[in-house]
This record gives sequence, C-alpha cells and structure tokens, in this order.
Amino acid sequence: MSDHKKISIVCFSGDFDKIVAAYTIATGAAATNREVTMFFTFWGLNALKKKQGHSWLGKDFLSRMFNFLMGGLRSLPLSRLNFGGISPKLMTGMMKKNNVATLPELIEAADALGIRVYACEMAMQILGVEKDDLVDSVQEVVGVATFLNESEDAHVIFI
Amino acid sequence: MHFLDITRETCPMTFVKVKLQLARIPTGQELEIILNEGEPLENVPRSCEEQGYQILSVEACGDGDGKHRIIVKK
Repeated sequence: MSDHKKISIVCFSGDFDKIVAAYTIATGAAATNREVTMFFTFWGLNALKKKQGHSWLGKDFLSRMFNFLMGGLRSLPLSRLNFGGISPKLMTGMMKKNNVATLPELIEAADALGIRVYACEMAMQILGVEKDDLVDSVQEVVGVATFLNESEDAHVIFI
Repeated sequence: MHFLDITRETCPMTFVKVKLQLARIPTGQELEIILNEGEPLENVPRSCEEQGYQILSVEACGDGDGKHRIIVKK
C-alpha cells in the first residue's frame, strides 16, 4: 500500500441501521485503501454472536436474560420505528429492491477485505459472553488500551 | 483483459467489487470497468491510483446515460 490512512470504528450500538452504517463506512474505507479496525462493545457485540437469533448465552440469570432478550444479528432492532422487529426485515427487502448491499453482504465484504474486528473484553465480561460465542472473524478480545494504541494515528468514528 | 461492470452496484459495493477484483488478478494485467458518472467515476479511478495501479483510459460509453469505461493496469 502506498500510504497508511487508518479508520477505527467503535460499534457501540446494536441497532440494525447503525450497524449497517458502521459496515458501510468500514467496507467503503477498506476498499478505498484505508486500514480499518472495528471495535465492538456493549450492544454492538450482538452483531458478532454466532447464534444470530435469541439464545440463552451467559453465566448467570441476569446475563442470560439480557442475551436472550437482545438476541444476535438476525434480531437487531431498527433504531426508530422497529414495530416489534418487523421493520429490519422490511428494510432489508427495500435494500435488495434498490440494489443496496444487505447487512450479511456487507459483513461478507468486510471479511473479504481483511477488516480487523475486535471485541471489547469488559463488555463481554459484563454480558457473560465468551470468545467462543462470537463469530470467527473476531480476531481478538481486547481492552481500551489496545484499541487506543491501534487508533493512535487513525480517524475514530463512534457509532 | 478482465472485466467488471459496477453500474448496477451502489455505494460501498462499487468500491468493494473493484478492490476485490483487482486483488484477484495478477500484477501487470488489465481490468476493464464499466461504471456510472458521479461518485463511482470520480472516486474509483482515484482510489485505484492511490493503490499504485495505473489508469490507462477513461471514456464515456453507452448512449449518453452516463456510463463510462475505464481501463486499470495492476
């Protein structure tokens, strides 16, 4: 690569539309010659769970309840007008109709482009989620210090 | 010569398809890309050049519908 423009995206939100925005920026940046790191924390972790529906992950009653209620990639709610979870499915239909890449297609592109995916150690601890519960594209479970080191000379975007 | 039509793609897949296709072809070979005017025409050639590839030609094609053909050498 001729230069080293870097982008770090903090994926805090677990909302469908915001995760779509994060992956759109990430894949667009990687495809236009930038080094991209995505750091998933709190609700954003839902997008990385292997089990994409509602499942009882976690070590204790509360974490299992939280994980069950939040679910995974297939259960991400729209940030507005979610209508009990029907809207993300309608939105995906609209995206397909208009030739816009769907969330699974964006995630596949992110993998193909070699985007680095990190999961937040602290949020995983709170929610009782283990690395084995997350998809294989998660390269490492890291803390804020690693994230800051990686982002030292990068643009940081918080979503 | 390799070929890629991104006129039916929208952002960011326009860039993604070009990047992945260029990664697949051997160095020294050429890729013909058909793209729309506007964002793809403004930014795909620039992004290719930033990656060290050579833009051999940019020309309008089609019937004035804004489609362009560019040739990139890896």
